[in-house]
Amino acid sequence: MSRAPLLSVEGVSLALPSGLGLVEDASFRLEAGEVAGIVGESGSGKTLLARGILGLLPPPVRATTGRILFDGADLLALPARSLRRYRGRRIGMVFQEPMTSLNPAISIGEQMAEGLRLHERLSGGEIRRRMVAMLERIRIPDPEACLSAYPHEFSGGMRQRIMLASVMLLRPALLIADEPTTALDCLVQREVLDLMLELTRSEGTAVLMISHDLAMVASRASRVVVMQQGRVVEQDSSERILLRPSHPYTRSLLAALPRRQPARPETEGRPTLLDIRDLSVVFPGRRGLLRRRAPKWAVDGVSLSIREGEILALVGGSGSGKTTLGRAVVRLVRPSGGQLLFRGADVFADGIDARRHALACQIVFQDPFASLDPRMRVDAVVAEPLRHEAGLDRAARRRRVAETLDEVGLGRDFLDRYPHQLSGGQRQRVAIARAIVRRPALLVADEPVSALDMTVQRQILGLLRSLQDRLGFACLFISHDLAAVEQVADRVAVMQDGRIVETAPRDALFDAPRHPYTRALLSAMPALEPQPDGGFRLRRRIAPEPERLRSHG
Amino acid sequence: MSTLSRPLRSRLSVRPNLLVGGLFLGMVLVAALVGLVWTPYDPLAIHLRARLAPPSGDFWLGTDEFGRDVLSRLLVGAGSSVWISVTTVLCAVGAGTLIGLTAGFFRGWLDRIAMTCNDALLAFPGILLALGLLAVLGPGRDGIILALGLAYTPLVVRVVRSTVLSLREREFVEASAVIGNGAAYTVFRHVLPNCLAPLTIMATAMFGWVLLSESALSFLGLGVPPPAPTWGNMLAASRPHLLTAPWLGILPGLCISFALLGINLLGDVLRDRLDPRMQGL
Amino acid sequence: MLRFVLQRVLLALPTLLLVSVTVFVLLRLVPGDPAALMLGDLADPQAVAALHADLGLDRTIGEQLLIWLGHVVRGDLGHSITNGLPVLPLILDRFSVSATIVVAAVVLATVIGVPAGLVAAWRQNGPLDLATVGTATLLLSIPSFWLGLLLLLLFGLELKWVPVVGYVPFAQDFWAALLYVILPVATLVLVEMGVLTRMARSSTLEVLRLDYITHARAKGLSEGRVLLRHALPTAFAPTLTLIGLILGNLLGGIAVVETVFTLPGLGRLMVDAIYARDYPVIQGCLLFTALVYVVVNLLVDLCYPLFDPRVAA
Repeated sequence: MSRAPLLSVEGVSLALPSGLGLVEDASFRLEAGEVAGIVGESGSGKTLLARGILGLLPPPVRATTGRILFDGADLLALPARSLRRYRGRRIGMVFQEPMTSLNPAISIGEQMAEGLRLHERLSGGEIRRRMVAMLERIRIPDPEACLSAYPHEFSGGMRQRIMLASVMLLRPALLIADEPTTALDCLVQREVLDLMLELTRSEGTAVLMISHDLAMVASRASRVVVMQQGRVVEQDSSERILLRPSHPYTRSLLAALPRRQPARPETEGRPTLLDIRDLSVVFPGRRGLLRRRAPKWAVDGVSLSIREGEILALVGGSGSGKTTLGRAVVRLVRPSGGQLLFRGADVFADGIDARRHALACQIVFQDPFASLDPRMRVDAVVAEPLRHEAGLDRAARRRRVAETLDEVGLGRDFLDRYPHQLSGGQRQRVAIARAIVRRPALLVADEPVSALDMTVQRQILGLLRSLQDRLGFACLFISHDLAAVEQVADRVAVMQDGRIVETAPRDALFDAPRHPYTRALLSAMPALEPQPDGGFRLRRRIAPEPERLRSHG
Repeated sequence: MSTLSRPLRSRLSVRPNLLVGGLFLGMVLVAALVGLVWTPYDPLAIHLRARLAPPSGDFWLGTDEFGRDVLSRLLVGAGSSVWISVTTVLCAVGAGTLIGLTAGFFRGWLDRIAMTCNDALLAFPGILLALGLLAVLGPGRDGIILALGLAYTPLVVRVVRSTVLSLREREFVEASAVIGNGAAYTVFRHVLPNCLAPLTIMATAMFGWVLLSESALSFLGLGVPPPAPTWGNMLAASRPHLLTAPWLGILPGLCISFALLGINLLGDVLRDRLDPRMQGL
Repeated sequence: MLRFVLQRVLLALPTLLLVSVTVFVLLRLVPGDPAALMLGDLADPQAVAALHADLGLDRTIGEQLLIWLGHVVRGDLGHSITNGLPVLPLILDRFSVSATIVVAAVVLATVIGVPAGLVAAWRQNGPLDLATVGTATLLLSIPSFWLGLLLLLLFGLELKWVPVVGYVPFAQDFWAALLYVILPVATLVLVEMGVLTRMARSSTLEVLRLDYITHARAKGLSEGRVLLRHALPTAFAPTLTLIGLILGNLLGGIAVVETVFTLPGLGRLMVDAIYARDYPVIQGCLLFTALVYVVVNLLVDLCYPLFDPRVAA
């Protein structure tokens, strides 16, 4: 039985007044009750297209051609007043940043009720009843109190759930979810996604998910639309796209999915480079007038060792303390207890040894935009660490800088560029160059690829691995992304609430995890099994744990 | 960067603002410079037979109650106001940056003392502190510069300190420490250059405030003492003669407005260019 | 919420102390015997000696400070050298004049300027926006004393619609008082409107870019409701801070407008006192105005959570 689809985007183009096209000739369909996803990297136009469906384009952008048919009506041709009747009531939208998508000045209950009051004729009591019921469904503790609370009193994950509740309260026929979980912790991501799919399934709502995460979308949606630079390059069922993608871009996206490299030679026998003994870092409670907040143990008695030349990955959710630990290793944070020994010498003692350690441990930060001085050119950035390297005259320094830039894959013409002229991936390469120009013994990489596009992530991860092979430095690879860790690490340590809960060689950890937290983390990864011909097949890796672990959101 | 995160560039910036603002301010600066070397008449010279004369071929902008040429006095007044304003801004920015940098970067007891003093001075609104200082110092050109400088330094300290506080947390400043650079080097090489943008915006705005304050103080008779002309005291002197010689009341005020308008328009353009949110776009 | 109020109030106290100490230090910077300064050149030596003892000028500077603070807290600010009247009642009397004008002006400027800024932001880059910003920039570039002079020239001297000199308290004769006050208030309204409009516009522009505005639209709300219910409250918060600053600035600089319109206000009192070297009055005016400013800022701070509840967390 062929029925008209719920949503049909036909040949839609979005452009700026100057004529610059942002989306060109995009078409796809969505059936009632179906879950579909639009996947693309930054600049693909996926978010703009999604906003265009509801007519929420930012003012300079306009739709130039095409139709968006929803249940028979062309949304692009409707006047504003009629379009408003579709918003919320028939098509709901959930946004990416939970921190900014709820109005901070209005109570939760007021915001949730607003939509109901607008679209339906209900008494105040009935509205309240429905809100409480929905809040219970999304498992908010104490729904009554939540109604009179303000958004800032809730964490990111809870805000996202509240937003879902608020939108689903109106029982729309279509839910557009724009990167709904990108800003959330990995465990919380899974909860929110599961919740979203559960709610929509029970109401029969169709879902259009927008994301850069192909694996996440393909494991939950039945159909995938792939966009690149404003065009739809491929759309098909998710199984087929994973197994046998036809368009080269889709294939490159799939190739960018991290996959396990063969294990490297055993690092067991090598000497210990960095010895972390019972390290603790406490952030003192804030003492304002009339108020006292409890101190926070970011790192709580951690013992770990990194051997020469090995890549040790440190994994955990947000708040696990992994970043704090990494910063302590490069002396950006003073520990409140325990010791950090570098080649036997105490790192935090004063004196020559401490300085030697400082120079031999370098760091690459997560945010490529913030880690470079906006006023310094690339050659100055990479040359700066050489100030402390003895015995190099100017010519030698310049040679070393050029060499290092070559090693990270940037040519000579990058020497006199400023950071704002570089892309995210290029900036991260410069940051890596700065970190390795003095040939450090240890490199701390704090979420080095989290802020980058998927294809770029793959390049940078590959770069790190090849540099490590060639230069032989040890690496503390901090990440929340288990897939990246699977690709790069020799050994893995898992952190939760400031403590190490499990340490194991990579293969052992991924194939036979022991600690329940590790298992929960692994089960939150979409399980993609690489096929011999380059495609992937979905596979449930670990049976989901029945116990609900204490979530962070 | 997503198209959506780009702020809408206001059409109100750049072209017309830059032209008009630059024109007005340029005229004032030219007048100030001209007034240093040449005026049609000696601004202090009295012409008893041409008192309160309307603009004419002899006296292009008329004369005041003592028969002094208004145009000459306006030119010299321009120089006076500009000199006082520039000096005050330079002093306030210099001192304020030094204090703000040190307090913001090194924190500790130094910061606490600096902030306490700063808050004490900031607790006095507008020109009240300047008035109080003038009561102590006595009126005069140096007194004004000192009084206004002291009154405006706390604002610079506050802006610089808060910029430094946020810069301290930025990864590139932390990276400088990890590379092995000392604190002083980090401050001068990394922190200070990134303070220039807010400092420039503040300095431009401050130039306008100081100009206005100096005129107001002169209007009240607490500024540059007569017979030396400033636009403020010329306005004050025009009050008894408003009906008979309205140009005396209109012209000096017009000059002040021109200068302020020019500064404000240029300040807008500067803010649009230097606003960090718009950087890197 | 109560904790927030208490916190703010407690934080204001050290500021008050700081202000007092600064005024104390400032006045002590004047060369000469403080007692003689307070009583003027014509005072008889016995009175000077008596005040000398009263202020504790033989003791350490710390003790002098405490004694002085004690006087201040009791409301004893000395007597004016020019006319012998006690300083505090004199200040309060003059303050009522200044305050009437300043408050009326700020309220009117807010009521006109903020909606204008809001609408300009809503219709950004349209003709209304350009006109509004242009006018606002023009207005804030005009010195208040010049504008007052021009208005006085036009309405007072040429057209003779309003009296030019003098003042009548409202309590005495409402309509006459209104005539005296209308020009100074109009002057201040015009000048401050410019600042407020621009501020309201820029903070509204910032807010309109935020996600929760798009979210509100996605719910199907009309533009009007989005603007008034969602944009205005959060956009108003920075404008509120600005209003506090403006009130303070006007209090500090009201002397110029009072001079133009010959009003017996606090600013004029202080300027006259500076001419006459009437130190008790100078000291009193400094203290009083700064104190009012601290209280105004405190009130603004306390109102903030109404618009942005995050602050009270």
